[in-house]
Amino acid sequence: MAEDKNRNGTFSRRSLIGGAAALGSVGLSRVATGAEANPDNLPPNVSEWTPYLGAGVDANPYGMPSPYEEHVIRRNVEWLTASTESSVNFTPLHELEGFVTPNGLCFERHHGGVPEVIPTDYRLMINGLVDRELIFTLEELKRFPQTNRFYFLECAANGGMEWRGAQLNGCQFTFGMVHNVQYTGVLLKDLAREVGVKPDAKWILAEGGDSAGMNRSIPIEKIMDDCMIAWAMNGEALRPEQGYPARLVVPGWEGNMWVKWIRRLEFGDMPYMAREETSKYTDLMEDGNARMFTWVMDAKSVVTSPSPEKAILEKGVHQLKGLAWSGRGKITRVDVSLDGGRNWQTAELHGPVLDKCLTRFTLPFEWNGEELLVQSRAMDETGYVQPTIDALQAERGVNSIYHNNAIATWMVNKDGSVDNVRLG
Amino acid sequence: MSGLVKAWLAGGAMLALVASPALASERPFNLGKIATPEEVAGWDIDVRPDGLGAPVGMGNAIDGEEIYADRCAACHGDFGEAVDNWPVLVGGEGTLDSHDPVKTTGSYWPYASTMYDYIYRAMPFGEAQSLTYDETYQIVAFLLYMNDIIEDDFEVSHENIGTIEMPNRDGFFMPDPRPDAQPVASEPCMTNCDVPTNIIGRARDIDVTPEQES
Ligand code: HEC
Repeated sequence: MAEDKNRNGTFSRRSLIGGAAALGSVGLSRVATGAEANPDNLPPNVSEWTPYLGAGVDANPYGMPSPYEEHVIRRNVEWLTASTESSVNFTPLHELEGFVTPNGLCFERHHGGVPEVIPTDYRLMINGLVDRELIFTLEELKRFPQTNRFYFLECAANGGMEWRGAQLNGCQFTFGMVHNVQYTGVLLKDLAREVGVKPDAKWILAEGGDSAGMNRSIPIEKIMDDCMIAWAMNGEALRPEQGYPARLVVPGWEGNMWVKWIRRLEFGDMPYMAREETSKYTDLMEDGNARMFTWVMDAKSVVTSPSPEKAILEKGVHQLKGLAWSGRGKITRVDVSLDGGRNWQTAELHGPVLDKCLTRFTLPFEWNGEELLVQSRAMDETGYVQPTIDALQAERGVNSIYHNNAIATWMVNKDGSVDNVRLG
Repeated sequence: MSGLVKAWLAGGAMLALVASPALASERPFNLGKIATPEEVAGWDIDVRPDGLGAPVGMGNAIDGEEIYADRCAACHGDFGEAVDNWPVLVGGEGTLDSHDPVKTTGSYWPYASTMYDYIYRAMPFGEAQSLTYDETYQIVAFLLYMNDIIEDDFEVSHENIGTIEMPNRDGFFMPDPRPDAQPVASEPCMTNCDVPTNIIGRARDIDVTPEQES
C-alpha cells in the first residue's frame, strides 16, 4: 500500500476500493486478514506513515472516521419503498462494537423526508385537557430539570421481511432497524406539571412538525412513567434525521411512537386512531383480525459476527459477537447455539447491562472448516424467552409484518461464507 | 410534599424553590408562554374517531373526483389502485385473511376520521396541509365512494365524519395479548433439544439483497 497515503494526508482511490471489497455479503476478501499487507512495511522497516507529519488540527473541525472505514455506512433496500423520502435505511450492526451506536450510523425511518428545522424558530405546543396550553422554545425546554438515559430504539418492522422465510442476506438488512444512544432531555412528567394535566386526560397525541405530520397516541401511564422530550443524543444535538432539534423518547416501545421534530402534545380522553396506529403498526393475524396498540418491543437478539456480512476468514479461535435487547427491562441471559438450536451455551454479557438498552454479548468458539448453524436466544428480567420463528408463526401467522423478534439462523458454510437461512 | 419535590431536594438543585412562593403555584417552573386560541387552532389539526377536531366543512364524491384526479391520482392511480410502488387506496375487500392481504382505506381502516386526519396532514405527498377543509372532505367522500361505503352524492362533513361506518371497524382487538409464543417449560432447553434443523430456505437463493457497490 506504499502509494495509498500521500504526504498531505489524503488517501488514494486504490486503498478505498480495497477496503470496500472486504465487505461483500459473502466477502471472502483477504484484505481484512492482513494477508495482502505490504511486507516492506513490516518491522524492522519504518512504516510509510511514520516519517511525515500528518494532518493538522484544523483539517477536520468535525472529525470523521478513517477513510478505511468508508464501508461502515447505513444502507437501504431500494425496492422496499416508492421513494427515499418515505423509506428506511439500516444500522450496520455487524461493524459495531460495544453497545452505543454512533450518531451517524443510527438507522433512519421517516415518512416525509428530513425537515431542516431552524432551532430558534422551533416551538413545542402542549394543548388539550390541561389547565394552561403552553408553547415552549427549545431554550425553555432545556431549562427544565434534565435526564440522561441510554435506550434502544427499534422499528416495529425490524425483521418484517423475514416472516415467510429468509429473504435478505444480511445482518444489517434483517436486524438493522435498531440503535442505542444516550438521550438528554426533559421528562414529560415535568412538562405535564407545568401545563397542569386535567384528571380526565388519559391519552396524549404526539405530533411531528415534518411533512408527514407524524402522529401517535400514547397512554398517559407511559407518558408519566419514563417518556421524555430529548434534544441530544450521545452528547451532541440530535442529528436532523433523528428529529433535530427535539424528539419524543418512548423507552422500550416501537420506534414509530418516538415522534421526531416534535411540535405538539395534546392531552385527551381517548386514543386518536391516527393512520400510524390503524392502517400501519397493527399486526394482522391469520384470521383477518389485527392486534392494535402492540407497543412494547419484546426481547430479541442477533449474532453480528459471524453473520452474512462477516464471513469467517480463517480457521482457529474466534469471538462470536452479538447484541440483545428487551423493551420490558434488562437482558439477563443470552444463549448461543452453533448447531441450529439443538445445543446451547450461555454467552458472556458485557456491561453495563441497562434497562431497555442494547446489551453486548460474546462467546469464544473454534472453527475448523465445518458447517455451523448459528443462533442466539435472549432472555429478559421478566423471564421472557426470545421465541423461535415456528413458535411466532404458530401464534400469529405470517402477515403481521411488525414485531418479528424470532431467533434467526446464520449458516456458516465450509468456505467460511455465511448465509441467512430458514430451518424447518 | 410530593415525590417530585422530594426528588428535587435530593438533587439539591431546586433547593431555592422550596422557600419561594413559586412552589405553591400550579406552574412549578414558570417556563413557556400561554398559547392563544388562534395559535392552538393553527396547529391542532387532528380529527378523532368521534369527530372531535373536525373542521367545519363538507364535500361529496362527485366533487371529489376532480380534485383527486388532480392532486392524488399521479401516485395512487385514477381509481385508487396505485401507480407502481405507491400505496393502494381502494379495494382489497375480503383479502385480510388470505395469503396476500390488501390493506386499504376501504378494506382495513376502522375509522373515516383517520382518512380526514391523515390526508389533510400529510397528502399530497410533499405538499402537506395544502388542501382546504372542503377539498379534504370531498376527497374523503371520493375514496369512501370508490370503496362502496357511501353513495356519490353523500355529503361527508364535520357533523358525520365521526359516524360513518367502516367495513373493518370491528377488525381490531386489544389489549395486546403478548407476551405470546413462550416455551411451556420455565427453563429453555439447553441440550439435545428437539428442533428441526433442515435448511428449507436461503436468502441467497431469493436474491433480492442489494449488492455492495464497489
Ligand atoms: C407523490 C406521490 C403521492 C401523491 C401525489 C399523493 N400521495 Fe398519498 N401517499 C404517498 C406515499 C409515499 C404514501 C405513504 C407515506 C408513508 O410512508 O407514510 C401515501 C399514503 C397515502 C395514504 C395512506 C395509505 C395507507 O394505506 O396507509 C392515503 C390515504 C393517501 N396517501 C391519500 C392521498 C390523497 C388523498 C392524495 C391527494 C390529495 C395523495 N395521497 C397524494 C404518495 C402520494
